[in-house]
Amino acid sequence: MEVILIFISAVLVNNFVLSYFLGICPFIGVSDKIESAVSMGFAVTFVLTLAAAITWLINRYILIAFNVTFLEYVSFIIVIASLVQFVEMFIRKTSKTLYDALGIYLPLITTNCAILGLALFGALREYSFIQNIVFGIGAGIGFTLALVIMSGIREELDLADVPEPLKGAAITLIIAGLLALAFMGFAGLISA
Amino acid sequence: MGGVIILISLASMGGLGLALVLMLVVADKKLSVKEDPRVEKALEILPGANCGACGFAGCGAFAAALVEDKATANGCKPGGNEIVQKLTDLLGIEETESISPKVARVFCSGGIKETVKDKVYIGIETCISAHLVGGEKACLYSCIGFGDCCEVCQFDAIYMDDNGLPVVDLAKCTGCGECVRACPRNIIGLTDYDEVVHVYCSSHGKGAVTKKICKTGCTACKLCEKDDDTGAVKVIDNLSVIDYGVNKAPVESVNRCPTKVIRVSAPAPGYENMFEAKIKQSQKAVEEEKT
Repeated sequence: MEVILIFISAVLVNNFVLSYFLGICPFIGVSDKIESAVSMGFAVTFVLTLAAAITWLINRYILIAFNVTFLEYVSFIIVIASLVQFVEMFIRKTSKTLYDALGIYLPLITTNCAILGLALFGALREYSFIQNIVFGIGAGIGFTLALVIMSGIREELDLADVPEPLKGAAITLIIAGLLALAFMGFAGLISA
Repeated sequence: MGGVIILISLASMGGLGLALVLMLVVADKKLSVKEDPRVEKALEILPGANCGACGFAGCGAFAAALVEDKATANGCKPGGNEIVQKLTDLLGIEETESISPKVARVFCSGGIKETVKDKVYIGIETCISAHLVGGEKACLYSCIGFGDCCEVCQFDAIYMDDNGLPVVDLAKCTGCGECVRACPRNIIGLTDYDEVVHVYCSSHGKGAVTKKICKTGCTACKLCEKDDDTGAVKVIDNLSVIDYGVNKAPVESVNRCPTKVIRVSAPAPGYENMFEAKIKQSQKAVEEEKT
């Protein structure tokens, strides 16, 4: 039950992009086409899940074990960065198709604050290993959901008659705000 | 106690770092993928400006596509035929279609001296923002003059002159089209190297209005069209337009234009003789027709 709650909370109620405002950079940058939004969402979900598992292990068996939890930022950052590097090499070797599909998005995720945010939330909330992984998957799906909705709207927007001063980045930010507002409607779904 | 914590921190982070480095080093050796060496060689040949004129994300992506046979060697417009030749030699492919080199030309002659200003613009000094509110000049088809085109040029081939108009350095221009896309008023166009005569105005305003606000605007007087035996010049929507499909340069129309917006262009370096030959040929054709 707890696990399902964590999942729904990460996808809808506490959506990483629209509620915590993490990972805004790709949310604006890679949301002009549904196709690339799906690729990016897939890559982020993949890395979030992996990072959730690895950072939990680091947190439990290094940071807490040696009583040096104040080093979590440093260790999480280097672990995530090397992890993404490793995953990129691995995918490139094993699956050319997947590598081409993820393309430039995989290395972009290295410095995505959503990943670090997930690692820090996981440590703060003292999730179990399984809970942390579910939290990672949920956060990834939530990110993908937000990105796909956004890109869908932006594709329609190309056909809309936007007032001249609002064209481009301005209208995108307004839409992001409205979308975040809409997601606030999920707040009553789960009483935290 | 403090010393112990420092030691533990150093040891744990150092150990973590070391383990990760080892992992990446091993992964780099074991998981390295052999790239086609031709990709790197093709990349060396390409101009390396990453201008995107080929339709790929940059020179690297274009080189990879070339080797995979997803692109043709003549895709690199800025490179010109010399680079196409080198690429085809490298890849051992036949390239039948050579590229017709293009060059950017600015189709506006209304600089600070020639035009009337009826507004004052105070704001971000880029054309794209000034264009939103109409710029300073009365002519809404004119060059705004903040030089967005110069900013985007990867080849330093376009600069603003003292009169506030962009000038294309034909020796450096590669015809990648970045400036064409940057201009909010679409007054820069890509033209073939060997086109001689162009109309240096983009105004679709009514003749009487244009006459009042710009000394060098097309007033749609239709003198160029009149008696034009090449059939290449037409006044469409208050602007003289040259049909480049007609293979004759309308050199005679140049002399008839009262505001001198139809002009014989400066030839690109290396094309001077060709320009002269083309002008002479058209003049000859006109004379023959008269007799």
